[in-house]
Amino acid sequence: MTDGRHHLAVIGAGPAGLAASLAAAARGIRVTLIDAGVTAGGQFYRRPAPGLRARRPGALHHRWRTWERLEEGLARHLEAGTVEHLTDHHVWLVEGAVAGGDSGTAPAFAVHALLGPLQERSVVVRADAVLLATGGYEKVLPFPGWTLPGVVTAGGAQAMLKGGLVVPGRTAVVAGTGPLLLPVATGLAAAGADVAALVESADPRAFARRAAALAAQPGKIAEGAGYAARLLCHRVPFLSHHTVVEAHGDERLDAVTVAALDADGRVRAGTERRIPCDTLAVGHGMIPHTDLAGALGCRTDGLRVDVDDEQRTDVPGVWAAGETTGVGGSALALAEGHIAGWSIAARLSGTAPDPRATTRAIRSRTRLRAFSGALDTVYAPPAHWTDQVTDDTVVCRCEEVTAGPIREAVADLGAGDVRTVKLLTRAGMGWCQGRMCEPAVVGLAGCEPTPARRLLARPVPLGVLARAGEEPDD
Amino acid sequence: MNPLELAGAEPGPAFTVTLDGREIEALPGRTVAAALWAEGVTSWRTTRDSGRPRGVFCGIGVCFDCLVTVNDRPNQRACLVPLEPGDAIRTQDGTGHDTGRGQEGTGHDD
Ligand SMILES: Cc1cc2nc3c(=O)[nH]c(=O)nc-3n(C[C@H](O)[C@H](O)[C@H](O)COP(=O)(O)OP(=O)(O)OC[C@H]3O[C@@H](n4cnc5c(N)ncnc54)[C@H](O)[C@@H]3O)c2cc1C
Ligand code: FES
Repeated sequence: MTDGRHHLAVIGAGPAGLAASLAAAARGIRVTLIDAGVTAGGQFYRRPAPGLRARRPGALHHRWRTWERLEEGLARHLEAGTVEHLTDHHVWLVEGAVAGGDSGTAPAFAVHALLGPLQERSVVVRADAVLLATGGYEKVLPFPGWTLPGVVTAGGAQAMLKGGLVVPGRTAVVAGTGPLLLPVATGLAAAGADVAALVESADPRAFARRAAALAAQPGKIAEGAGYAARLLCHRVPFLSHHTVVEAHGDERLDAVTVAALDADGRVRAGTERRIPCDTLAVGHGMIPHTDLAGALGCRTDGLRVDVDDEQRTDVPGVWAAGETTGVGGSALALAEGHIAGWSIAARLSGTAPDPRATTRAIRSRTRLRAFSGALDTVYAPPAHWTDQVTDDTVVCRCEEVTAGPIREAVADLGAGDVRTVKLLTRAGMGWCQGRMCEPAVVGLAGCEPTPARRLLARPVPLGVLARAGEEPDD
Repeated sequence: MNPLELAGAEPGPAFTVTLDGREIEALPGRTVAAALWAEGVTSWRTTRDSGRPRGVFCGIGVCFDCLVTVNDRPNQRACLVPLEPGDAIRTQDGTGHDTGRGQEGTGHDD
């Protein structure tokens, strides 16, 4: 099935994967773009399901023009046959260095994906190179009541709104920390929810201290100011340096208690107040998806996949771009994707890429990384968030492990890392494989976060695993 | 303004699905979770150990909190599965294996 062109498999059709696909395809590479979603766009450019026939999908977005350019580019390449887009394909494993790449010389990869919502049938895509552009997912630190229906991740509320055109209730509180809270609060308000408060735990003085680094990115400041203006016009009260202490309700959420923080990041006694609401959209930042990289043996740095200036991982033939290499927003994901596509095209044809061909993307990557580095220091969960986690607070949502046994495992049984806590308590052993509870366990155990080693990126039916070695090529 | 109006949605005609046998309307394209939210339903399963209610949490297929039984298949992620006309959604308890009709029990220990 080779036409003499090198073949790149891009996993993830968000801003990073799309930019990379277009850059590589424009330089003569055959691209297969693989994504679990039914449409391209990833988290940022998530759009209403086609069946909902939205005439103004851009109403829930900003930087829509950028999306239109990506979409036009993708459509052109799809038509020309230079890019193939496999939707509804959930990649569960990328096998490295298998024999017989299209070119015969480059290392060959086998990308295994499960099909459709039922995810019971697997297909294999073989390629000379792989780009991991799998994005990230949201981190939420536990507090009493966070498992009540009506409590959702901030990004989850946004995803349901952008994709399904639904809101979970009438009155929402948006809380936690990070830049994502602003678009979520404005999105919910525009969609008719009454946003009772935006509760941000960051200290405004921290912004002042990083003013110079932040002001170096005027476009981003304007974006933030735009959100602030819209919040004002929807009359959303903004509580900075506040945190959610507890979510209340029996069968579902009916109120939250929020409180002010002191300079050390501790709840200030006596400042608690109760806000009635049926929705709490909460988030404490993002975690890169690194499962596929982990199984391939790519080096990581902290929680992210480590890449060089060309977005190459340390495994030959594997590139990574976007949130999987560190969280920094869609513009950074676009720049990194573009650089990856440019590098892949050159390297697959055996030449070194010419930096002059992509100076703009390189420059914006530098600027945006500096900006997101500054943001990271500003947006951090309250330093003493574990004080709010009572012993009977559920930490591992899947296995219903509460904080008590986890603290016991650490204090009395000597567990000093996530793995030992898991073996002693079952925290992280359930369906989500620790994706939700890991940051909390790390915090409670007082250890350093490390990327989890999960052999498979998705749960795989045993029958599929048994047949995996003998699957015919896609 | 509601989200459908905001995005200028002109969905095709709503179709009927059932939730625990009760007929509800769903719009084409919506996932099980979106259709249930639109009906005002925010929880559709109870946990294995303490029987606590759960629904959507992450909204993107990562957390597995939104598990539901669709057409007798338990443990489907409601936030990922799109609805088709006539689908039968069932709320599920515990592992989901002793609530769906036609499912073999797994003899779990609740
Ligand atoms: C739920 C959620 C909502 C968000 N909403 C916003 C927002 O409204 N505004 C904003 O500024 N930022 C938002 N973000 C942040 C956003 O992720 C980034 O700014 C941007 O989308 C990153 O681009 P990316 O290309 O790196 O990754 P993404 O856009 O996350 O794209 C990654 C893609 O990879 C696919 N993928 C991942 N793993 C697999 C696999 N194993 N198999 C197949 N496909 C896979 C996913 O389906 C996804 O389409 C959100 C993040 C999340 C998690
Ligand atoms: S809500 Fe998390 S998997 Fe569906």
